[in-house]
Amino acid sequence: MIAHTERAHTWQRQAHGALVIIKKNALLHYLRPPVLIFGVLFPVFFFLAFKMGRPIAPEAIVPGMVAMALWFTASAVGPLVTPWERRARTYERLIAAPVSLRAILAGDVLSGALFGGCLSVVPVALGLSLTDASIARPGLLVCGIVLGALSFASLGVFLAAPPASSPSNIMLLSNLVRLPLLFVSGIFVPIARMPGWARWVAPISPLSYAGDLIRCGFGQPAYFPAWLSVLLLVAFTAALFAGACRFHRMWRAKGL
Amino acid sequence: MSAVIEVQGLTRRFGSLTAVDHVAFSIEEGELFGFLGPNGAGKTTTVRMLTGVLEPSEGTASIQGHEVRGEALLSRAHLGVVPEEANVYLDLSVWRNVMLMADLHGIPRAERVREGARLLDALGLGDRRKHKARTLSKGLRQRLMLCAALVTHPAILFLDEPTSGLDVQSARLIRGIVSELNRDGLTVFLTTHNMAEAEEMCSRLAIINHGRIAAIDTPDGLRSVVRTSQYVELRFDGEGPPAEELAALPAVSRAVAEEATLRLYTDAPGRAAAQAVRLADDRGLAIAHLCTRTPSLEDIFLHLTAGRAEEAQP
Repeated sequence: MIAHTERAHTWQRQAHGALVIIKKNALLHYLRPPVLIFGVLFPVFFFLAFKMGRPIAPEAIVPGMVAMALWFTASAVGPLVTPWERRARTYERLIAAPVSLRAILAGDVLSGALFGGCLSVVPVALGLSLTDASIARPGLLVCGIVLGALSFASLGVFLAAPPASSPSNIMLLSNLVRLPLLFVSGIFVPIARMPGWARWVAPISPLSYAGDLIRCGFGQPAYFPAWLSVLLLVAFTAALFAGACRFHRMWRAKGL
Repeated sequence: MSAVIEVQGLTRRFGSLTAVDHVAFSIEEGELFGFLGPNGAGKTTTVRMLTGVLEPSEGTASIQGHEVRGEALLSRAHLGVVPEEANVYLDLSVWRNVMLMADLHGIPRAERVREGARLLDALGLGDRRKHKARTLSKGLRQRLMLCAALVTHPAILFLDEPTSGLDVQSARLIRGIVSELNRDGLTVFLTTHNMAEAEEMCSRLAIINHGRIAAIDTPDGLRSVVRTSQYVELRFDGEGPPAEELAALPAVSRAVAEEATLRLYTDAPGRAAAQAVRLADDRGLAIAHLCTRTPSLEDIFLHLTAGRAEEAQP
């Protein structure tokens, strides 16, 4: 009984620590120029590049726009926070506090997911107000946004693990991963209409499943069954978070 | 008194370099323990292992009975850390910096607000609480770091070169507050290479060199380690006897002339001084200046670290 109470208390303390990290990240990192450039401006320009001069019904591209915005925003915070704090040497203060590395990284994932989730409201609202798009299955839309935000934010935190002298090196690495995945995840062209090789690659990207759920939420046909998308997004989140914990711990053990 | 920090065989390797090599010591509750060493001796690496920032390659360390590896969270719950560089969050206000650390340590809101305000006032930052930390000078940032460490109610305070490069006022304020907290029972682990600071503040000292502990004792105890560094300083009114003649006195082990001043190295300063006075009387010489000197902490430090440096040379 005492052990159980102690465990519950430890969990409570670590959950509180993760919340403090979320608050700190929101205050310090949400408005940093790299987050705004890679998280907000990137999807806007990608959208314009895709849409301008092409005979596509505006409502048809709303789900892709939402998924792309979520992809960039949710995964933008993670690659910035740890390298930035390592360089400023504030990272040492965090890991000298009685908060586990897992709680710190959970805080980073949740702050990225919150950033992405909140900002995804903007393209949803614009899509609903400026086009004929409508939400057919709100549950699936919310599921796609929430699980997508968590898995994308976990990817961002995972990519932040390698030690780098400058945050820009990690941002570069994250774009090397994020940009190719964007093109094979059925955002601009539905997966069913992509070439054969791309249809084989699409399942390795969490964006494929989140995009599919969001598309389903807007009443458009999905490529994967909804239950599979939900399951795989949960699996991606768990695997990327576990990998992030492992690699962050490994580099920390090396003193980097 | 009980040991609040126990270190056994603590070792840290970075590739082929052994930065800390089987270090062992224990610190009692309420001690102000100084950790001295030249640059690159392993001071900061030791602190980083004790505070959970780095994992030891070998050995054990416990803080208040909690292993730094196996019970990392429990061991860190008792610590306040002021690192060498004042790594405050530059884009947060002074107040938010303090509240953030208190919140991370789970200090209840009412308590952290009260304590934060009290500490900021005590450290001369009360009127700057809304300022961004970026606008503070190095000395004020270091005070802010101390404030953020103390607001967590630590049982042990780690200070890594806390006054290095600070203005006199900030350095004195930090030393004063730390000494006062120590008098009130706070255990302090101070790393420094400022000998005067260590001598003034510490009840016990460890000297680390090339990753190994060269000596641990009270400042007086360390002085006795280098008894032959005690000397009698002597100056004659006019020309005195040659240094070789003074070196031949029974209580004198060595005599060194520095212009008109002679240093008679001895492990019995009183006897050496008496013999030198007798010699002067016998020769009809007048002594203009005579005093005995014990080795300063700097002498001890140089003695211990130079010895190890010579050993380390191929």
